[in-house]
Amino acid sequence: MLLIPCPFCGARDETEFAYGGEAGIERPADPEAATDEAWTDYLCFHDNPKGPHRELWFHRDGCRRWLEVERDTYTHELGAVRLSRP
Amino acid sequence: MQRYSIFSLLRGAFSGHRDWEPAWRAPEPKSSYDVIIVGGGGHGLATAYYLARNHGIANVAVLERGWIGGGNTGRNTTIVRSNYLLPENQRFYEHSLKLWEGLSRDLNYNVMFSPRGVINVFHTDAQRDYWVRRHNGMRYAGIDAELLTRADLARLVPALNLSPDIRHPVVGGVMQPRGGVARHDAVAWGYARAADALGVDIIQDCEVTGIDIQGGRVTGLQTSRGPIGAGRVGLAVAGHSSRLAEMAGVRLPIETHLLTATVSEPVKPFIDAVVSIAATHAYVSQTDKGEVLIGGSLDGYNSWSQRGSPARLEDILASASEYFPRVSRLRQLRHWAGVMDMSMDGSPIIAKLPVEGLVMTGGWCYGGFKATPASGWCLAWTLANDAPHALNAPFSLERFRTGAVLDENGAGPVAWGH
Repeated sequence: MLLIPCPFCGARDETEFAYGGEAGIERPADPEAATDEAWTDYLCFHDNPKGPHRELWFHRDGCRRWLEVERDTYTHELGAVRLSRP
Repeated sequence: MQRYSIFSLLRGAFSGHRDWEPAWRAPEPKSSYDVIIVGGGGHGLATAYYLARNHGIANVAVLERGWIGGGNTGRNTTIVRSNYLLPENQRFYEHSLKLWEGLSRDLNYNVMFSPRGVINVFHTDAQRDYWVRRHNGMRYAGIDAELLTRADLARLVPALNLSPDIRHPVVGGVMQPRGGVARHDAVAWGYARAADALGVDIIQDCEVTGIDIQGGRVTGLQTSRGPIGAGRVGLAVAGHSSRLAEMAGVRLPIETHLLTATVSEPVKPFIDAVVSIAATHAYVSQTDKGEVLIGGSLDGYNSWSQRGSPARLEDILASASEYFPRVSRLRQLRHWAGVMDMSMDGSPIIAKLPVEGLVMTGGWCYGGFKATPASGWCLAWTLANDAPHALNAPFSLERFRTGAVLDENGAGPVAWGH
């Protein structure tokens, strides 16, 4: 069970959160101009590290804010947590 | 190969079972092979077997980091079925099911394939529409499928809780009678023994640490037991496909997630079908040892830890106890979580990679075990012919770019949504 340190609500069980995948992925700014490759990369080709991972979590049953969390995908050690879009 | 039969068993009995040959050799790796398969699970061993048997390519090694069948082949819920809606999936999984049906005879090894029927129960009109549509699609494709009433369910699965007073009462079900379960270890051992007999080297305790590429073409592998040259390389390492592909500089549309399963202490038989509960997504069967085997959903976030969340375990057990109340009195012997290659459309990738001579089978999501024979069959074809068979051509890497994805659930490109 992950205990995610929400900056507003304190440490909370993972069951209060919804996972949002890899952080820092930008939707192509101009959809009409984006190439097929750019769309495919944005939609399908994400980092899948065995180790440190920056990812999004939505505190669904708490403050309902999107958080950006650093987590090791092998040890589940949690690092820095901050608001996704301050 | 020492063939197994009633006569060899009798002969063994008279000599106190002390003169059985080892089922496969333990060779030292040669300096090079025509084909190397990375991953000694069911898929890798099946690939080696079909390469030797169907294509006459026997200068083949299977490299396994640990022991054969010790990875995801040993962590699944052993379910075999072909109850898919999309024609590409139907053709592929039905081919697999047909291979399962003859597998014990083919390998001269009892894989204990037990076509006891795979039942999905549903709880709402909308779920009924979905499952009836899916099973009508199967019948249209010539695959066996039946619609079950509550009376049918009471007859087929007497232990199932059909009470109208539970949170999500069962209103009916569907069944693929030819589906069932098989003995997971026996599948790895049977393919290993049959491949070894055709000349394949099975090399355990041999971890791949690098992939040698020269001029855009794979030339060999770096391993914990030294470098080994290879004409072609097949990756069959689902769960770790991203890591191996990364060694070749290839990015995959795959994320790695945890899937929890659990087994109870063994008890007398009381469930003789595979029952999947739509409301809570738990699937329940009883093993030949009598253990109640229960699988569930993903933990829902990227992880390589192989340790499932207690929250998910609680979901699975709550669900199984609701629909099979007797399960609530059983002690759980063990639970585990396998690492899944979750692909972006929920379907596998059996394809050539953008490095000449390098192919893979992976992205198996929840469904790798049942695909074992066809995955090996198709990967062997792709390795031998340097091109995919019609059965696996749809499972390409390009489909994510062209848009011809195989999204059985219509979930979109969310790895943990499938």
